[in-house]
Order: sequence, then structure tokens, then C-alpha cells
Amino acid sequence: MSADAHAAHGHGHDDHGHDDGRDHGSMKSYLIGFFLSVVLTAIPFWLVMTGVIENKNWTIAIVVAFAVVQIVVHMIYFLHMKTTSDAGWTMMALIFTIIIVVIALSGSLWVMYHLNVNMMPVHDMRNMP
Amino acid sequence: MSDTAVVANTGLAKFIFGRLTLESFPYHEPILVATFAMVALGGIVLLAALTYFKLWGYLWKEWFTSVDHKKIGIMYMVLGIVMLLRGFADALMMRAQQAMAFNGSDGFLPAHHYDQVFTAHGVIMIFFVAMPLVTGLMNYIVPLQIGARDVSFPFLNNFSFWMTTGGAILVMMSLFIGEFAKTGWLAYPPLSNIGYSPDVGVDYYIWALQVAGVGTTLSGINLIATIVKMRAPGMTMMKMPIFTWTSLCTNVLIVASFPILTAVLALLSLDRYVGTNFFTNDLGGNPMMYVNLIWIWGHPEVYILILPLFGVFSEVTSTFSGKKLFGYTSMVYATLVITILSYLVWLHHFFTMGSGASVNSFFGITTMIISIPTGAKIFNWLFTMYRGRIRFELPMMWTIAFMLTFVIGGMTGVLLAVPPADFVLHNSLFLIAHFHNVIIGGVVFGIFAAINFWFPKAFGFKLDQFWGKVSFWGWVLGFYFAFMPLYALGLMGVTRRLRTFDDPSLQIFFIVAAFGAVLIAIGIGAFLVQIAVSIWNREKLRDTTGDPWNARTLEWATSSPPPDYNFAFTPVIHDNDSWWDMKRRGYVRPLEGFRPIHMPKNTGTGLILSVLATAMGFALIWYIWWLAALSFVAIVGVAIFHTFNYNRDFHIPVEDVIRTEGERTKLLAAQAAS
Repeated sequence: MSADAHAAHGHGHDDHGHDDGRDHGSMKSYLIGFFLSVVLTAIPFWLVMTGVIENKNWTIAIVVAFAVVQIVVHMIYFLHMKTTSDAGWTMMALIFTIIIVVIALSGSLWVMYHLNVNMMPVHDMRNMP
Repeated sequence: MSDTAVVANTGLAKFIFGRLTLESFPYHEPILVATFAMVALGGIVLLAALTYFKLWGYLWKEWFTSVDHKKIGIMYMVLGIVMLLRGFADALMMRAQQAMAFNGSDGFLPAHHYDQVFTAHGVIMIFFVAMPLVTGLMNYIVPLQIGARDVSFPFLNNFSFWMTTGGAILVMMSLFIGEFAKTGWLAYPPLSNIGYSPDVGVDYYIWALQVAGVGTTLSGINLIATIVKMRAPGMTMMKMPIFTWTSLCTNVLIVASFPILTAVLALLSLDRYVGTNFFTNDLGGNPMMYVNLIWIWGHPEVYILILPLFGVFSEVTSTFSGKKLFGYTSMVYATLVITILSYLVWLHHFFTMGSGASVNSFFGITTMIISIPTGAKIFNWLFTMYRGRIRFELPMMWTIAFMLTFVIGGMTGVLLAVPPADFVLHNSLFLIAHFHNVIIGGVVFGIFAAINFWFPKAFGFKLDQFWGKVSFWGWVLGFYFAFMPLYALGLMGVTRRLRTFDDPSLQIFFIVAAFGAVLIAIGIGAFLVQIAVSIWNREKLRDTTGDPWNARTLEWATSSPPPDYNFAFTPVIHDNDSWWDMKRRGYVRPLEGFRPIHMPKNTGTGLILSVLATAMGFALIWYIWWLAALSFVAIVGVAIFHTFNYNRDFHIPVEDVIRTEGERTKLLAAQAAS
């Protein structure tokens, strides 16, 4: 909805004109998205259930990686996010969200890790009186 | 619930009432019984008056179901002021208790009651006073400042307001049904876990905040969409009024941070209701994780409160100095920097938990850095005043009091940001004095500046000067009397939330602080008198121009109070101070060519949903599972039903627009002739 459209309509709520640069997707794009998200769910499930990879940490890392890709798939195929939609506001909001999530997650991990290292006593019972 | 034996429900009674018993009603506490009698009496008188004067229909049609951002804004302000009285009553009780409880005296509040009082004071003042007042201001002013007819989602706006009110009602209920949390305003576990707080207090806390949180988050989304999408043509981002800018940043902070609060409270309720171990001491739980998470919300929250008021001070300073705001661009960037930095400082609330030197120094430094953009703002306001023709009207007086007071609060904040100093001052009264210094000196003074500034816009007449000045001096002097002794006490090592004291030499400080609280009470009383007197003298104080202060931004271009549709024609913007620019270029009001105006229709759905949500909260608090399930189903049902309501809009007929605008033309002509 451009500023001019706003002025002409008088009020924004009746504006159903799809001239806002938003993509509402097609059958094909939904199917691609569906297929990708099924695959991206099935593989981690298979990894965990069968335990094909010996090292658990590797399994966790791969599952997390798949989850991140899954988020991107959902944003592109289901939320129809493009760098150009809504004059870049969507992209800006996404970047801001990522910054906040990264700050909150990495900050919490950092803080709680240091707390554990510093504050958790080592229970060595051999030297207890 | 104190010492009385807990009588538990059994069988059918337990099914119907959950854990709500007769013992849950505090009839054995004289203070509460007296309060209840007063409240009940006042309530009956109010209800009777509404019925007698046949105001129910008016209230329902014109206010409760209104989707007009102006009316919702005013309702938010009323909610905030009513809750201010409750929160301040708690403050007076605390000050009295601490001034009395020396030399073996226990004061007048038993411990379990005192703990509820200080918890309720904090919760109410932040969530149900400061938040509604700030949201109300943004709701009222932002659409007018950007030349819009309403917010983006008018129904959502009404719903948000009622959810906030629902939360406030839950907190108020806890006064007479059961009890409130005794945990402090952030309800840290393990104290807030079921093992240490088995009664309903923390559940009241959780569900009041969850219900109100829905409203806050949705209104944040609503205002962002409004500011991004509904600006008048020509108003680019860098031509937005500074209050709109700070509102935008505040709402971005709301949308980004309130989900964290919702999540952390949800985890706490899982711990309490189904026995998970997120924040317990054993089985892998970690109470410090709660502290960590809640402050990731909590620190942005303080900027959510102060940023819009920074906007208010900017508007007031430039209006009453008769100058363009000094350093508009730097003001915008300072606001943006604060928005981001406010997410990088949360650990300074718990330096002492033991994360060690590297973590503490990082967060100490980021905290100190945040004072740079804030300082830049202070200088911008000073330079705006410099060589300006300053008019010392009430809004300007509040602004100057803010600048003097807030700088002190800012400096003690930087002092607290030094981790080694914080180890001495953590949880002391120095901290209490600091955050009251910035919240009263910043948020409250800002709210009063804003109320005095925009009241004529909202109601069509100015506020009384004399009582405004009494209120001003009561608040300002009261603040200094109440909190400067607390700085001293904090430096001497007195910690917060104490009920009794051993050292008699401290008593004089608490007596001075209590005196300060009485001065603030005078300030609040004078404010109420100011409103009453102004309504009484409204004809004398009438503003017919729509621009009583010779102001600069778009909201002053329309009449006071503005018509339902705000602007008959959407204005076109060429400059930052758009109304000032229009006046300078000899703007002529269009007198013809009006068209019918498309408007959203009122709806009661928001109120109904909020009543159901409040009932659900109440049911969950008291373990009344059937009611919780029933109200949840009803919420979903009503929400789905509302989506089928296609009858949501109407047109204001062109004759109405012509009549409204014609009346204004006549008023302006009479004004010009006299």
C-alpha cells in the first residue's frame, strides 16, 4: 500500500489491492516447500532413531544445521519473504530478529557457562572430613 | 492465609471451586477488610451513579467498544492513573512501615503482608501504571502525528487495551481473594517455585502478566504497522516527528522482548503446574537461568518505558523554546543505538551471581556505553533551549525537572555499572534510589509533561495552571525528599525489602523518606484536583484554535478534540516540523470538496475476549479446571466467530464531515475576529 493509495482510499483497511510487492505463492512453490520440509524433518529423525553416526555431538550438530535450513525454507516458501517485499521492511525485521536471537542465545550460553565454571563446586568426596 | 489452618476442599467442592475456600478471603486481616469496605463502598457509589445518570449505554457504545485510537488512548491513561493510586498506596504503606519499625517495633504490617505490598508495588507500577500510560500516549498521539485516521488494526487495539485491563483486574482481585506474590516484582525462583510458594500469589503474578502481555505485544505490533505503513504522503522516515520515532523504537523493543517474558513465565508455570524442573535447584534445573532470561526482557523493558518520554521531552522542548529541535538526526540515531544496546546490558542486573570477570566487564562496559547516546540527547535538549525563547509553561517545567533529576539518576546508574562497585551496592537501597530516580525523574515526569502538553488536544481545554504547579512541586520536592535518603542508606549498606531495623540511627532517614512520600501524595492529589478544576473551568480554559501552544507537529493541525476521522483530508508533508512548516507557508484549511470517510466500526468482541481470558486466568490460579477449559474453548470460539463478522466498517456521511468542518471554520473565524 503506497502513501498515495492511502490518501485516495482515505482509510487503509479496505485496501485489498495486491500492489504491495508481496508474493502469495503458487501451488508449485507450496509443494516444493512441503517436499523440502518433509525431507529436512525426515533426515534428522532417521539420524536420531537409527544412530548411524557414532558421535552424538556430530548428530546434534547436524540436526541443528537441518533445523536452521528448515527455518529458511519456511520463510521463503510459506511466509513468502523476499529481500524486496514491503520495500525491504520484511528483510530489516528479519535481520533485527536474527540479531536479537543471536544476542539472547549466545549471551545466555556464555553467561551460564561462566557461571557453571565459576560457581559449581567440584564434589570431591575423598577429601571430606 | 497466614497462620490459619489451611482448610482444603474435597470432593465436589474441590471440583467446583478448586483450591478456593472461605479461608481464601482475608476477613481476618483488619487492614484488608477496611480496604475492602472502602473499595466496595466506592464501587457501589460509582455503579449506582452510572445507573442513575443512565451512563451505561453511553460508556458501552462510545468507549468500551470503541475502536477509535483516541478513545482507547484515553482509556489507557485512565487505567494507568487508577492503578497509580493503588501502586502509590502500597508505596505509602511501605514508607510508613519502614519509618515505624525501629527499636523493637514490628511496624503495622505483618511480614507476609509486607512482602505482598512491595511485590505488588513493583508489579503494578511497571506493568499497570507505566506501561498503560506510555501505551496510551503512543496510541493517542502517533496516528495524529503521522496524519493517519486510526491505527493499522483498530479492533486489535481495543482488544489489546482490554487484555491489559484484564491483567490489572487479576492483580486487584488478589487483594481480596487469596493473596499476591511475596517474591519481589520479578518472582525469582527458587522462591517462586511451588515448593517455597505453594499458595496462589505467584500464580496471580504469572497469569496477570500473561494476560496483560498479550495486550502489550499486540499493541506493539499494531503501532509498528501503523508507523511503517500509514504515514501521510511526503513523511519519509527522516521527516517523522521525534515522538513517533521513539514510539517506533519502543514498539520494536516490545515486540522483540515481550515474547521472552512470556516464554520465561510459561516455563515457570510448567515448573509450578506440572512439575518440570527448568528453574528448580535439583534434577538439572537452574534458577539462575530464570534470572538471566527475565532480564533479557527486563532491561529492554526499562527502555520501552523511557524512550517514548524522550520523544515527549523533545517535542516539548522545541515547542516551548520556539525552535526546531537541535540535532534531529543525532536524536534519531541515538534512539536507534539505545534500541540495540538495550539488548546488550542485561547482566548488569546480576553481576553478583558469579559469572566472573570477563562476563562482568563486558556487560559493565556496554552499560557505560549506553550513557553516551543518552547524554547526547540531554545535550540536544540543552542546545534546543539555548538562545530559544523559552516559555515556562507546565510541560516545560516538567521537562526541566526531568533534565536535572534524570542526570543524577544517570550518573548513579553509571556508578552501579562498575562491577566492583555493584558488589557493594547490589540489592541495596542505593539501587532502589537509582531506579526510582530514573523512572520517576524520567518516565513519571515525562508522563506529566505529556499530559499537560496534550490534554488540550484530547479534550479541548487546557489544564489549570495553579494546581498543575502544586502537583509539580509536590512531585519534584517529594521525589528528592523520598529518595536522596535512600541513596545515603544504600551507601551505608542497608538492603532493600527489609521490614524491621535494628540500628536506631537509621530511623531519621526513613522518616525523611516517608515525608517525601507524603509530598508526592500531595502531588498526586493536586493532579486529580487539577483535572477536576480544569473540567469545572473548561469554558475559561477552552482552546478553540486546535493549536494552543503554537506547536510544531501535525496533531496540532486539526481541531481540539480532533474529529473522529482526525483529518478531513490527509495532509501532505514537506518538512520535519510539518505543522510549523504549514503555518509558515500560510497553509489554508480546505473548506470544500469533502468526501465521505471510511471508518472501522465499533465492536464488543475485544471486551468479551478479555473477560474470558481473565476468567481463564482466575480459573488457572485457583485450579478450577472446568472453568479454565470452558473459558479457553469460549475464547477460541468467540475469536473464530469474530472472523465471520464482515460488517466491520461504515462511511461517515459527507454531510457530517461538512457540518463538523463547518463548525471548526466558524470557531476559527470567531477566534480570528476577537
